[in-house]
Order: sequence, then structure tokens, then C-alpha cells
Amino acid sequence: MKKQVLWILSLMVALVLVLAACSSDDKSKDSESASDSGGSSSGGTKLEMWTFNELHKTFYDEMAKRWNEANPGKEIQLSVSVFPYEDMHNKLLVALQSGTGAPDLADIELNKFPNFLKGDPQLLPLNDIVEPELNNLVKSRLDIYAKDGNYYGIDFHVGAAVIYYNKEILDKAGVNPDDIVTWADYEAAGRKVLDAAGVPMTTLETSDLWSLMPQVAQAPGKDDLQTADGQLNITSPVVSGPLKWQQNLIKSKIAILTPGGNHHAEEYYGMMNGGGAASVWMPMWYMGRFTDYMPDLKGKIVIKPMPVWKEGEPRSAGMGGTGTAVTKTSKNQEAAKAFLAYAKLSREGNIEIWKQLGFDPLRSDVWNAPELKESNKFTDYFGPDIFDVLTEVKGEIEGVVVNENTPAISDAFKTSVITRILLDNEDVDKVLSDAANQLK
Amino acid sequence: MENASPATADRTAGINGRRKLTRILYSQKIAPWLFVLPFLISFALFFAYPVISAVNMSFQQVLPGQVQYIGTDNYEKLWNPIFWKAIVNSSKYTFYTVLILIPLPLVLAVFLNSKTMVLKNFFRSTLFIPALTSVVVAGTVFRLAFGELEGSLMNTIVVSLGFDPQRWLRSEALGMFALVLLACWRWIGVNLLYFMAGLQNIPKELYESADIDGANTWNKFSRITLPLLKPISIYVFTISIYGGYSMFTESYMLWSGNRSPNDIGLTIVGYLYRNGLEQNNLGLGSAVGIVLLLITIAVTIVQLKLFGMFRKEE
Repeated sequence: MKKQVLWILSLMVALVLVLAACSSDDKSKDSESASDSGGSSSGGTKLEMWTFNELHKTFYDEMAKRWNEANPGKEIQLSVSVFPYEDMHNKLLVALQSGTGAPDLADIELNKFPNFLKGDPQLLPLNDIVEPELNNLVKSRLDIYAKDGNYYGIDFHVGAAVIYYNKEILDKAGVNPDDIVTWADYEAAGRKVLDAAGVPMTTLETSDLWSLMPQVAQAPGKDDLQTADGQLNITSPVVSGPLKWQQNLIKSKIAILTPGGNHHAEEYYGMMNGGGAASVWMPMWYMGRFTDYMPDLKGKIVIKPMPVWKEGEPRSAGMGGTGTAVTKTSKNQEAAKAFLAYAKLSREGNIEIWKQLGFDPLRSDVWNAPELKESNKFTDYFGPDIFDVLTEVKGEIEGVVVNENTPAISDAFKTSVITRILLDNEDVDKVLSDAANQLK
Repeated sequence: MENASPATADRTAGINGRRKLTRILYSQKIAPWLFVLPFLISFALFFAYPVISAVNMSFQQVLPGQVQYIGTDNYEKLWNPIFWKAIVNSSKYTFYTVLILIPLPLVLAVFLNSKTMVLKNFFRSTLFIPALTSVVVAGTVFRLAFGELEGSLMNTIVVSLGFDPQRWLRSEALGMFALVLLACWRWIGVNLLYFMAGLQNIPKELYESADIDGANTWNKFSRITLPLLKPISIYVFTISIYGGYSMFTESYMLWSGNRSPNDIGLTIVGYLYRNGLEQNNLGLGSAVGIVLLLITIAVTIVQLKLFGMFRKEE
């Protein structure tokens, strides 16, 4: 009888071993990547990090190397794993929910960040590393990762919204981009472009918020889709104004719907690259999409501050982002925080963020540093004065309200509100009040 | 016995042990259990446990550090037009795919099984190749083919036929058409394979005797082939219903994300994903999953009943 039990038990053990084989595979892979990254000695505090972008990994590996050179005795052994965007956020969400398996550090994209602040945030407050530097940082970019006065994430960039004009097309229509101050001027210029060059002035997104949000957020005051204290605000003129303006632009054919629905669709890249539209307003980090996906426009694009609704109002807003967070389950919280501060808050780190990633860094005191004038693929494409626009609008970068309700609200806009207004041409106020009822 | 050395005792124990093992392996009661044990364990671990905890979670609000029971709140929240739209979309998709993906592969299988067919192996493999491609790649290619610019593949075709260019993925009917076309392109080969296997099991003698009786091709098809393919048809039907209702990746790839204009491509699983993970509400997501389970069970039972699967064989 005993033998029998033993036999069954051994069978079960064998089965468990087979099942466990997959996970042990992963571990060996991790240690491999740890040994080839950073190039540091085998000693030091082990830190695990998850990200969804290969370029971010290159940046962190480089910063870990520099950290180890600058801080003998406090070496870290950073191993960065890159997962696909959705996978990484889902895995992290489940790991933090269940309390096991989360890394020490993780990149969390702004749209997903509110999910991680629900309930008791399983992320570590970063106030002790953020507060000493607060005067040099664009504060509105920290507030989007905050809950109850605690900062939980540190961004790479300001994501200042700017407008990219195709100079070639504007010249054909005799339009000088520096004369466009308000959105009304923009519309008038758009009519000229349409008549003279036969192409629309711009494209408007229906399945994402990059066309709408900068226009909503640049309105004076803190309210956008939500009020500053978190009330639903989508029926207010702050939101309906830009949507009515956009609907009108579509009707008069000055703007068309973005092919593929958003400015990250292959169809759009192809159309824009072929001179299909005269301008687009997107955040600064969109420069990388031009250099990588629209090579034919090299030397033809000029970057300018966005037009305003009324003269004297703010000309930009901080859009998108990736908050790097330290998890509560991390065993080396202090080391993780110290490295994070070095990589993303220090002057050195911010200069590297521009050099390696082409982002407008969080520290405004590096924007006129000589290192930012050095030539790279972005200055080759857009010319050497990229940061002049940014320093020009430095004090006018509006923040956005991001909280736990954000994912649901933006989903409503991305799936129905904008489509109903711009494609189906429905009444703006009616659509917005429908959506508001639905969201309550 | 007193004189027996320890070694002999060991040996006898060993022989006894081996005998016992043989007895277990040949035992009519234990051996079957032993052989299905791996399945039972994996079933319990990867199916029964998740289903039970999903039922449990569907009555909870699940947030880190704040898990609490909230009664049937999650199910009440499902009473909204968007979830209804998801159910309608999934049902339409299932209906159309079943409508096409049963008869078409069946007829194709009969053709490919016929002696007079030329280039049999060529067609067999070309029809099956789409099933080997990844949905992610196929979805992306279809997205570009169904682009709204005039230069996209589908627009070039319809324009050359004299129609206006269409915004394929922004219209409810055309979007569903693209989804169903993608599904058909991908799954015809697989269903074809099932039917071919079924056809090869039909004894040749039946056709021979039908020939002797003077039956024509149509009669042979409707009186012999179809009835004898019934078991395999029921199987294909069942997995098609399940596959239709659980469709997600195709829609996700076709609209490059879980967001289609006016939710024309939203499926039940897409709604689950949106609420459970994209909006971090795993409780509500679980409730959606349970509703999906109930829907598929109900539809399948009705279908099996109609096919007479529960009747005793005569």
C-alpha cells in the first residue's frame, strides 16, 4: 500500500517538474541578460526592472554603467526585461495585485498609470527623491503620477505639445507659420493651403486623444475632461469648444479624419510622408516618429508653438508619458530609488534622455545646456534650434488631470464620442451629454 | 525463516514490490485513474480552479489591499448598452462564421476528396496555409488591405468595379464583413481538415452499392455523405460556436487596439479585457467571463439538442 502511494507521489512530482520547467527557463534567461547588461562586476545590489520599450532598456543599461562608475561601493546589478506594451502592464498589474513576482522597478505608461493607483497603491511614494529637485522640474508632469500628495512615478519627458508644419506646402500657399497665432488664424491659413496646394491643413484623430487633448488642456485653468478636483467636466465649453471647432474644420474640408484613426497608424505615416497634409500638432516626443517613419520630410518640417484660442493664453500642454515606479514588494527599495533619481532626475540623466531618446527632458534647467545643441539625428532632421521653441513656451506648459476615472473617460472618447462628432457629424452637445450620462 | 539472511529478505521484498507494481498497473480499478491522472491534475489546476475563483471574484471588488464582497453589483453594472453591443457583435460574428465555415469547407472537402479533382494536394495545402499564419500578422495585413485611403487593396478593387472608395473599418456592416472575411480566410483550412478526416472514414462499399442501385451524385452526397458526416459536423459546429464567441485577437489586430469607432468591433472578450485589465476592474471582468461562459453553454446545449445529440442511439 505504501509503495502505491509512493508511486503516485513520484508521478505527481515528475509532473510538477515538467510544469516547472518553463519557469526555470525564464530565470536562466534573466540571469543571462543580467550578465551582459550594464557591464558591471558581478557584485552589487541586484535590481530587476520591467519596461515596454527597447530604447528605454538601452538608456537604463547605460545609466547603470555610469552609476556604478560614479558610486563605488554602491554598485547595482540592473537587469532590464523588455515586454510588449500590453503584456507588461497586464503582468505587472496581476503581480502587484497578487503580491508576488513584481520587479523592483517598472516603467508604466501614463494611460495605464491610474490603474496602479487604484485601491492601496502597491508603488512606493517617491517624495524624498522628488522634493529636493522640485524647483528644477516641470511640476505639472509629476502631479499626473500623484495620489493624495504622494508622487509615485517619474517621467522621462515634458511631452510639450507643439505643432509641426510642412514648410514646403505652406510656402506653396504663401503662408508664414509665424503669423499663425490663434486657432482662427490657423483655420484661415488652412483655407489658403486647401485652395492653393489642394491638401488639407491637418488630420484629426478619432481613435485617440492627441488631437483633442492638447486643445482642451491648453485652455487657461486646471480643468480639462475633469475638473481639477476630479469631477466629470466633458459637457463644459472647455471640451465642447474645441470639438465644435474640429467638426467645423472637417465640414469645410480644411481637416480630414486621420487615415487609420490616429497619428500612429501606418496609413497615416505613409500619407503624411507623401505630403498629404500641411501640419499636425503632437507632443515633442513625436519627433522620433518623423525621423523613423517619415524620412522624406527631412528638412521640410518646422516646429512651432501651438496656436491659442485667445491671444495671451498658454501655447502648450504636457502630453503622454512614462512614469517609472518602485514597487512596494521590492527588497532593495533604497537602492532602486537612488538609481531612479540618478537616471531620471539628475542633470546628467536628463541630458542623456535627450541624447539617447530624443525626449524633451523633465528638468527645465538643462534645456539651454550646450549638450542639447550638439548634432544628432533630430537636429539633422529638424534643424539645430529645436529647444528654442521649448524655452519660448517654458512657462505656458499646461498640465492635465489624470486620476482613476481617466481610463474610462478616455475609452468613451476613443470609441464613441469623437467618432460620433467627426465622422457621423452628430450634434456636439448632445453627444457629450450622452457620454456624460453613460459615465456617471 | 529465522535463518534467512537480510539480503534474501531484501530480495523477497523487492520481488514483492515489483509484483505489487505489476498488480497496480494491471488492476482494472486503479490503472485507468493513473493514466488519466495527468489530465485530471492539469484540468483541476488550469481549468477548475480558475473558473471557481472567477465565480468568486465576480462578486468582489478586486483592488490591491482592498478586496471586498459587493454582492451582485458587478452583474448589475453589465446592464449597459456597450456590453449589449458586445454581445450582439459576438453573436453576429458567430452566426456568420458558422453560416460560412460549415457548408463551405464541407463542400470543398468533398471536392478535394473526389477522384476526378485535379491538383488535389496543391489546393489542400494552399487552403491550409492561412491557419499557420499568426493572427497578429494576418490582422495587420488585413488592416492595411482594408485601409480607407484610395490606394488600399480593397479600395482599388471596388473602384475598378465602379464603386466609390469605402471607409471599410469605420462602418458597422463593412467592419463586420472584414472580420468575417478574416475568420473565413483563416479557418477554412482547419475545418476542411476535419471534414476530410470524416470523409475518409466513410466506407467505400456504401458508394459502390449506391452506384449499383443507380443513385446519382447528388443522391449519394445527400443520402450517404451528409448523414455519415454528422458526428464531425457537430464537433465543428461546437468549436465554431465557442471560437466565435471567444474571438478577440482578430478584432484587436484589425483595429490595432481594443478600440473601434462606435465599438463596431467590440466583442465580449474585448469588453472583458477593457474592463478587467485596461481599467483594472478584475471583479467586473470576471463577471463578464461568467456571462460569456453561460452564453456559450446555453447556445451549445440548444445546438446539440437540435442535432439530437442527447437522444439515445437507435
